[in-house]
Amino acid sequence: MTPSQHDPVPPRTHGSDAVPGTPADRSAVGPRGVSRRSFISTLGASGAAAALGGQAEARLAAPIEDGPVVLGPEPVEVALTINGRAVKTKLDPATTLLDALRLNLQMTGSKEVCDRGSCGGCSVLVDGRLVASCMMLALDAVGHDITTIEGLAQGDTLDPIQEAFVRYDAFQCGFCTPGMIMACKALLNETPKPTMEQIRKGLSGNICRCGAYTNVFSAVLEASDQAVPVDQPVPADHTDGGGA
Amino acid sequence: MNPFALLQADSVAEASAAAKDVRLSVLKAGGMDLLDLMKEGIAEPTQLVNLRTVRDPALRTIEAGRIGALATLADIARSDAVRASAPVIAKCAASAATPQVRNVATAGGNLLQRPRCWYFRNEQFNCLKKGGSTCYAVDGENRYHAVFGPGPCHIVHPSNLAVALLACDGVVSLAGGERATLPIAKLFHMPDRGIRDESNLEPGEVITSIAYSPAPVSGFFVVKERQSFDWPLTMAAVALKLDGRRIASARVCAGAVAPVPWSLPLVEKALQGVALDDEAALRAACAKSIDGAEPMRDNAYKLKLLPVAIRRAIADAAGAKEGQ
Repeated sequence: MTPSQHDPVPPRTHGSDAVPGTPADRSAVGPRGVSRRSFISTLGASGAAAALGGQAEARLAAPIEDGPVVLGPEPVEVALTINGRAVKTKLDPATTLLDALRLNLQMTGSKEVCDRGSCGGCSVLVDGRLVASCMMLALDAVGHDITTIEGLAQGDTLDPIQEAFVRYDAFQCGFCTPGMIMACKALLNETPKPTMEQIRKGLSGNICRCGAYTNVFSAVLEASDQAVPVDQPVPADHTDGGGA
Repeated sequence: MNPFALLQADSVAEASAAAKDVRLSVLKAGGMDLLDLMKEGIAEPTQLVNLRTVRDPALRTIEAGRIGALATLADIARSDAVRASAPVIAKCAASAATPQVRNVATAGGNLLQRPRCWYFRNEQFNCLKKGGSTCYAVDGENRYHAVFGPGPCHIVHPSNLAVALLACDGVVSLAGGERATLPIAKLFHMPDRGIRDESNLEPGEVITSIAYSPAPVSGFFVVKERQSFDWPLTMAAVALKLDGRRIASARVCAGAVAPVPWSLPLVEKALQGVALDDEAALRAACAKSIDGAEPMRDNAYKLKLLPVAIRRAIADAAGAKEGQ
């Protein structure tokens, strides 16, 4: 179905909907009667990003205040802030943050597994908080700081939790690992020295079907400078080159 | 998901007007449940009205006795004001779902999420809720379904938070319609009073906040199959007023047993005057919780769980009292 078939909103009169100095995109003024869409597309990505984020500056900059901002269903230009960098792309409102990362931006570290927010494979941080990127619209992430697994290491230097994952062999097939590490990162940000109970709760949204939880818990303990129980696996020594 | 337009609401009034006027448009807060429904093909709105873009801070403010509708479950769980004034609410929020969900899901959205019945959630089953003529749970897999209520649909209410708020005499504040407030007790209806939806909100009515009565001696217990991320098999929320070591009055509500958050007035009455260490009297009162239950083929086990959940919620509440 197309939205226009279901749109009973009477067209608004937009006698002055053209942005000064730019041609009004009349094709965008459909039966929905919303023209700010075209205004946004003429603004370019950064302006669109500001408007999407609902920033006050964008509202002040907007010459038109004749109705709500309606985006899509056609793709719109957006700017996302990912791992400290502004990244521009074009996507439609039904695009999840995960699809924007993986399909638009070729950042395939975050995994699509259940696609229902139940497994944690797609976990990223948004403003430091753990979210399932498969259940967040990309447009809802505009204006917020997104951190993905690609953003943890500094050059060749792994984040301490990544180091600990290596030392404690905290994965087998590795498919849950990016999400698991992001969940650990969020947990340690909020609780620098988590108890085992807090670790279990903090990682309760991340499923590892290989069952590497015990080693993951050990990695979190070590990354938070806490003693790892003696019945936990001894970290492998990766300094001698190893064998096999 | 089907393609849709996203209306970035600037105010509750704008959101309400859009939700009222536009056919097939749906209000979206955190979107956790809505996106799930859309991915499953259960909901196909052509316009989402985004409440996340409404910047009014009151919508996100949490204080003792009032929770903004856009406050997340994580916000509620970590709020000192809620933990002190109504521990049952904070605990319910903290126990729901996963960190990923709690960081995004809002109080208002949690109340208005659709039921988790697997026939409703499966596009292949045209059940009563979707305009069909059959409740597939009646002759089907009904171990997670309701043990109270006459049907014809046998969902259990999906929100734990609603049960805790009911125990604290919660009242939602509304905007965009005729009413300014609506008690949680009147927010939802049984399936025989409307099967296609669960809430009594009119189109365009938006929950802006939820007020509750202070319940410092309140507690919660949930029985799940897994202690990690799982839906409750049965849960209980109680709010007590104590006279020394005696229960002066009690509010007792159950979840995952009925199509609405379930009040248990018989238990409340039986608990009046009972001493917190009178185990026999407490158990006798809790046993009244299953009066009137009509279990289905596979869910009679809930009748064993419910009195236990209530008893443990009372213990949790008493513990909250002693922890002060």
